[in-house]
Amino acid sequence: MRQRLVVIGNGMAGARTVEEILARGGDFEITMFGDEPYGNYNRIMLSNVLAGVEDESGIFLNDLSWYADNGITLHASTRIERIDRFAKRVYAEDGTETPYDKLIIATGSRAFVPPIPGIHRPGRGYHQGVFAFRTLDDTRAMIRYAREHERAVVIGGGLLGLEAARGLQSHLPHVTLVHAAGHLMNTQLNEQAGRQLKDTIEAKLGIEVVVDGMTTEILGKNAVTGVKLADGRVIPCDVVVVAAGIRANSEMAAASDLPVERGIVVDDQMRVQDEDDIYAVGECAQHRGEVYGLVAPLWDQAKVLADHLTGVNPFAEYHGSQVATKLKVAGVDVAAMGLKEPEHEDDEVLTYAEPKKGIYKNVIIRDGRLAGATLVGDVKKVAFLMQAFDRGLALPEDRAELMFDLGGPAGEVKVEDMPDDEQVCNCNGVSKGTICSTVQSGCKTVSGVMDKTRAGKGCGTCKSVVQRIVEWAAGGEVEEDPAASYYVPGIPMPKPELMNAIRLHSLKSVSAVFAKLGGEEDAKSKMGLASLLKMMWGAEYVDERDARFINDRVHANIQRDGTFSVVPQMKGGVTTPAQLRRIAEVAERHEVPMVKLTGGQRIDLLGIPKEKLPEVWADLDMPSGYAYGKSFRTVKTCVGSDFCRFGVGDSTALGIALEERYQGIEGPGKMKLAVTGCPRNCAEAYVKDLGVVAIDGGKWEIYVGGAAGAHVRKGDLLATVGSADEVITLTGRFLQYYRENANWLERTYAFVPRIGIDRIREIVVDDSDGIAAELDAAMDASVRAYRDPWRDRDEPATPGQFRTSLPLIVLPQVPVRA
Amino acid sequence: MRPIASVHEIPLGEGRTIAVDGEMIAVFRLRDGSVRAISAVCPHKGGPLADGQIDLKQVICPLHLNAWDLRTGCSLSGQQDVAVYPVFIDDDKIMLGE
Ligand SMILES: Cc1cc2nc3c(=O)[nH]c(=O)nc-3n(C[C@H](O)[C@H](O)[C@H](O)COP(=O)(O)OP(=O)(O)OC[C@H]3O[C@@H](n4cnc5c(N)ncnc54)[C@H](O)[C@@H]3O)c2cc1C
Ligand code: HEM
Ligand code: SF4
Ligand code: SF4
Ligand code: FES
Repeated sequence: MRQRLVVIGNGMAGARTVEEILARGGDFEITMFGDEPYGNYNRIMLSNVLAGVEDESGIFLNDLSWYADNGITLHASTRIERIDRFAKRVYAEDGTETPYDKLIIATGSRAFVPPIPGIHRPGRGYHQGVFAFRTLDDTRAMIRYAREHERAVVIGGGLLGLEAARGLQSHLPHVTLVHAAGHLMNTQLNEQAGRQLKDTIEAKLGIEVVVDGMTTEILGKNAVTGVKLADGRVIPCDVVVVAAGIRANSEMAAASDLPVERGIVVDDQMRVQDEDDIYAVGECAQHRGEVYGLVAPLWDQAKVLADHLTGVNPFAEYHGSQVATKLKVAGVDVAAMGLKEPEHEDDEVLTYAEPKKGIYKNVIIRDGRLAGATLVGDVKKVAFLMQAFDRGLALPEDRAELMFDLGGPAGEVKVEDMPDDEQVCNCNGVSKGTICSTVQSGCKTVSGVMDKTRAGKGCGTCKSVVQRIVEWAAGGEVEEDPAASYYVPGIPMPKPELMNAIRLHSLKSVSAVFAKLGGEEDAKSKMGLASLLKMMWGAEYVDERDARFINDRVHANIQRDGTFSVVPQMKGGVTTPAQLRRIAEVAERHEVPMVKLTGGQRIDLLGIPKEKLPEVWADLDMPSGYAYGKSFRTVKTCVGSDFCRFGVGDSTALGIALEERYQGIEGPGKMKLAVTGCPRNCAEAYVKDLGVVAIDGGKWEIYVGGAAGAHVRKGDLLATVGSADEVITLTGRFLQYYRENANWLERTYAFVPRIGIDRIREIVVDDSDGIAAELDAAMDASVRAYRDPWRDRDEPATPGQFRTSLPLIVLPQVPVRA
Repeated sequence: MRPIASVHEIPLGEGRTIAVDGEMIAVFRLRDGSVRAISAVCPHKGGPLADGQIDLKQVICPLHLNAWDLRTGCSLSGQQDVAVYPVFIDDDKIMLGE
């Protein structure tokens, strides 16, 4: 026979638990009892119903037909009075009794109504005009009564009281909020935040707020006429709404000899303590000492209980919830989570207040994790903070990013709230749905999903969102991805270990590395290995052309149609009429489809077919500008002291010198530089991998780790030096340190913060590790090994090096034999 | 069955595009000495697959780095599959056909 499951309480927790049980295919004969005369509705939305922004009919979650369709017997308007634990029966008010095999108590809570004289009328319930705010019936009665009256007092300045006060304003002209504590929402907010909220509520909504107001009496003979406060003040009114807190509905359980403290005491499986077949969920349950008053925890509880009862996971456990609150009052944004004030001496606290705009924010950090946050007036960061709080994520190094969106990637969104068809990766057009279905098909590592879908493989800004979607879709079952620490995916070693092994075995070609260290060759690892080997071995490196990306095979940047772009070197962005004339002639002679100025201060000839590259280079007779490789790119300069009336340093000369020396040097990522002649920064040096800024007194500042691509970051000041020569030396040393230590494709904007600017300064400037001379020598060797690749134009390096790979022009046809 | 190229036209580990009867075929010479052939045009956005990097299993299109299995033509990154052509080496000729 099917097991009989009885549920007492047909509210949000009870109905959700039944839904979760059905979703797991649980096979029970289900009977539900509800005190209220309805199916299950969304209690949270009562605030909106009161405010008139939501229709009653819109808040029902499960109407009566849902119960019928799922074979559930619902006894609405039926209150259970007693449980017989031994006979396993429940007894209803109307005298009926119902047997069970398993019992769930989900009786929620009720409004707490303090014993204020005059609040009740003997034998008639509340005094006429006094209301609690918990049920749909409460809400209907309140609306009906308020419409015919003038002045309301809401007792209680917590979430519920504020929402009630705001709602009442839709029905009558005067609302006063009386709060016993010193500031509003004192459970969630600290004093300053509470005061800010009061100012906003009064100024923006026109609700009068009285704090430190103990209500001592409800006045009026037949109906309410006012409330009296402890200090003797009388506030005239004809409606009183009590929102002074909630109390768990646990009396029935207590009367049935179940263990009850502030709620019904349950264990980690939501089983009532010492009972085999009785469970409790929702606001009536007390778990590990906590009784919750919000819905998020009860969703978690319902899942655990359903897992357990249906046997899907008999060992599922609930470990408590981190709660975050949001105030649902239009125009008044408040969100709070965790601590409202620091508790320990070494808790970090950040506070920002802008009273004129009604903004107050505070963030509390303990041991590098978010322990609490409050946002009043500006809740843009709430999704990000909630996530950090919920999951205990590592926090951004720049703590200000916790409170503000600073240029970087836009504020994080909650992935569960994103629609399935929302495009996550804008470069490769991958939607959330595609990522989720990839995870569901069994791919549970972040890099695996990125490989399969190409999400996050474009500019990379969406990687963190992709990661969060994978984590969410895998439901906490994300597999550790060991490859995350490898230099390249195909060789299971982090960079330092890999370099040691390469040195130890004298591995000088990519195929040798695979043969010795990797087992099978891996296309995705070839380019990174080629770059590393070239840096390590210089002239001794055995160059296998297939290890190169197409750009490096033909020394040009592949375009969307398979043609290439040609960017000749133009050191420091300085050119001459003769050079311009030559470029113009080449462009005309070869009918170059587009001539464009690049962001790196030089000229790009776009749309050159592969087979024409050698000819174009020969006609140009200029060196390569390396606009295609993971390498040193350009040095942007401003005009500097030679011409600019503000210039304090010769930025063009230094830029040219830098480019002259470091041209074409390969690295783990692109290296873009700039030199600017004064802090006005016309050459944008603050946002370069390495930027040099002339300052007064003949000195130069060197910034490293800047970026202005998909990621924007101002560089960190590495050193201030007194001469151009020192700039050149430190530039080489820094770049070499980066080349040796950065992961493949790790740009300086990620590398510098990872190592830390202080540590980099120790090594590169102060030579604390004693490796400066080595770094300089290694860089010097690379500089000496430089050879302009565009010189290799007379003899192709491989057969068909420049043969077209697409039918842009007609290819020689293979003779067809029958 | 017919020869379409000499092995010496394709460097080890690289690919070249060859036109056969008006069809564009990307032929790759793997580092183990064997050859593979697939349709030359990337099904994603028309990239030149012969310019891609390969290993013994896959080719990676140079434009957006999608990957395909060289033996089956199946996409390894959620794109459409590509056509594969049977090829083998006879002496120093690359032969097309079964
Ligand atoms: C106006 C308002 C706004 C809110 N806003 C938010 C919000 O924004 N965010 C948030 O997270 N939470 C909010 N809450 C709280 C949220 O509604 C509750 O956390 C949630 O409803 C608790 O669910 P529950 O099932 O435990 O209790 P309930 O939903 O109260 O359900 C319990 C049910 O059991 C019935 N019952 C009780 N005793 C018996 C008995 N002996 N026999 C039969 N039936 C019985 C009750 O009548 C009730 O229908 C709000 C609450 C209110 C009132
Ligand atoms: C395949 C994709 C890309 C191509 C084809 C490309 C191409 C180019 C080229 C040809 C230049 C001129 C470089 C020069 O003169 O040396 C350039 C400059 C630049 N690119 Fe890209 N780029 C690509 C991806 C990116 C990405 C992903 C970013 C950001 C993360 C980026 C940011 C920049 C910036 C900021 C400049 C200006 C450089 C400067 O002022 O020095 N590019 N790009
Ligand atoms: S040039 Fe850069 S910004 Fe422009 S489309 Fe290409 S990748 Fe995007
Ligand atoms: S950065 Fe200074 S020196 Fe250079 S052009 Fe601008 S104002 Fe002139
Ligand atoms: S065209 Fe080949 S991956 Fe986009």
